[in-house]
Amino acid sequence: MLKTLRQIASIGIVSEPPPQGDESLCVRTGLQDQIRAVLGRALCIRHVDAGSCNGCELEIHALNNPLYNLEGLGIRFVASPRHADMLLVTGPVSRHMEVALRRTYAATPDPKLVVALGDCGCTGGIFGQSYASCGRVANVIPVDVEIPGCPPAPTRILQGILGALSRSPVGAEQAQEL
Amino acid sequence: MPLRGWLARSLQQPGAPGLRALAVSRDDWRRIAQDVAAAGGRLGPLWASVTQETGPLVHAAFLTENSGLVLALAVADPQGTYPGIEDLFPAAARMQRAIADLSGLRSTATDTRPWLSHALWPHGYRPLSDPPLLQPASEPTVDTYDFVRVEGDGVHEIAVGPVHAGTIEPGHFRFSVVGEKVLRLEERLGYVHKGIEQRFTQLPLLQGHKLAARVCGDCAVAFSWAYCQALEGIAQNEIPHRAACLRALYLELERVANHLGDLGALGNDAGFAFGLMQFGRLKEYLVRTQQEALGQRYLMDAIVPGGTATDLSRTAATSLLECIRKIENEVGTLRLVYEEHAGVRDRFTGAGTVSPELATRLGLVGLAGRASAQAFDLRVDMPCAPYREALVNKVVRSEGDVAARVAVRFDELRESCRLIHYFLGALPEGVHRQPVGVPDEDALGVGLIEGWRGPVWVALQAGPDGTIRRCHPHDPSWQNWPVLEHAVIGNIVPDFPLINKSFNLSYSGHDL
Repeated sequence: MLKTLRQIASIGIVSEPPPQGDESLCVRTGLQDQIRAVLGRALCIRHVDAGSCNGCELEIHALNNPLYNLEGLGIRFVASPRHADMLLVTGPVSRHMEVALRRTYAATPDPKLVVALGDCGCTGGIFGQSYASCGRVANVIPVDVEIPGCPPAPTRILQGILGALSRSPVGAEQAQEL
Repeated sequence: MPLRGWLARSLQQPGAPGLRALAVSRDDWRRIAQDVAAAGGRLGPLWASVTQETGPLVHAAFLTENSGLVLALAVADPQGTYPGIEDLFPAAARMQRAIADLSGLRSTATDTRPWLSHALWPHGYRPLSDPPLLQPASEPTVDTYDFVRVEGDGVHEIAVGPVHAGTIEPGHFRFSVVGEKVLRLEERLGYVHKGIEQRFTQLPLLQGHKLAARVCGDCAVAFSWAYCQALEGIAQNEIPHRAACLRALYLELERVANHLGDLGALGNDAGFAFGLMQFGRLKEYLVRTQQEALGQRYLMDAIVPGGTATDLSRTAATSLLECIRKIENEVGTLRLVYEEHAGVRDRFTGAGTVSPELATRLGLVGLAGRASAQAFDLRVDMPCAPYREALVNKVVRSEGDVAARVAVRFDELRESCRLIHYFLGALPEGVHRQPVGVPDEDALGVGLIEGWRGPVWVALQAGPDGTIRRCHPHDPSWQNWPVLEHAVIGNIVPDFPLINKSFNLSYSGHDL
């Protein structure tokens, strides 16, 4: 126990201030005001891997590390689409995940945002469209934000998520105060 | 005939060192499999291909102590069956089902359920035998799958997935439980099948490494190296020694990054969020250093045919060295914290045990295998270029539980840090890349690399004029997924995420 506490004390707080949102990543607008009115400063994200290689997932995991401190911004990942305000979808959508993705979308309450993450989610990427792949996420469900990259870095993902809400990053002040 | 006899008849297999190739008859196919099994050998990949000369072929690759054997069996009648080997090597069962789904060749095995196909492709379509097809959008449906039913008083089923509660890949788990105790787990995979093998045939040979790196994003280095090794084998290219050392450096960096991530996640799954935060911080430090030194947070495009994409400057080498030294020190401290934490020990010890006997019987490989006394590591047993001099220390445990898989990760992490120091210290001067020739049509190369999860294979068959006729990537998860079903028997449902994470198997690398 002493070792644990000593480690926590010696490392201190490593969280960095969040980046500014990048609204240029939005491909569909109009929902922002409604979302802001409903959500205020909190955002719940449900991640759906619809056919990814697991590369984008590495960066989503990184978002939860203490340097990006996502939860400190009021953003957290939730276990059910019914608790979610935003779907973060990775991969080209495989034929085998098409139904699951549509159902997840249907289970997410309105108003909701969809972010397509990574080159594959945005364009189908290197996998493209085939007998087994529906290609980009927008081919299956409506997409509001596209964040390209293979995989996109956590900062880029944050810019996209914050850009979708077109808001100044909440918690920025708190993070700096710490 | 003992295995020695078959090896004496075989020819050198282009690609990874220590591999031999043998074209066999229908009878010898099973005889060799029996001899390999009797000699304690293990099955690698099983796949089908076609050459102009022979028509349809089924291939099986085996590993014995210090060598490997790649068999090719010509299937005279594509409508008939080829002899299954699932009774000798249980891991073959799913691979044979996948071959039937993708190439239309059927084995003699009794389980004829589809494996990778979920009945959503056009009826009778065989993606690796028929021409590529851009399927018009049709109403997606959900197929039915015959799970094995467990019956009895109080037995009920828990269905999980394909969309899971956390940030993980999709797959379906069907638990049969009594109270909290798992009686049986049956996996159903294939959800992220996105047509990788067919996609390979549409790429030029010199571009295939990019797709190989994206077969399984956390093993990008291992797959792209195995792909390049296969290609360089059939193109008869030796890569510069500097390139070999850089590749090995990248492979060890990938191992360190993944082990850091897993050790944090395992702590978290045991209810110790401190671990996730501390290891997450170290992993972020590593990938940021990689971004500075190598231009990529994850090494998705670091290995290219003929060598590496970029050279490593002295400054970059110094910053990597400094980073690894720091990680090594901090991991030492964190290991003590894990080992002294009663709650963590309690969750890790005895959970998800795979006994050495079971591991041998089912053919458990890689990191999970080494935690169950399967003392195989290609970097030691069949070392390719820079590993011959590096003299890797094999890490082996025999308890076979989550604690053993955690301990193997800690020990391997330390060994990888040592290797990174070694490769950076012994980095020879010279070029980091040289041009690659064009291989003969239908030449088959087989690459084999010890990725962080286990042996990663890529079988690559050239087409005419620098095209790809067939490319089959094989992730060690094919071997280990079926063992996970056994590892959870008798454990409680809430321990499943922890046990699953301790294996951390790939869905994308398996589903292709």
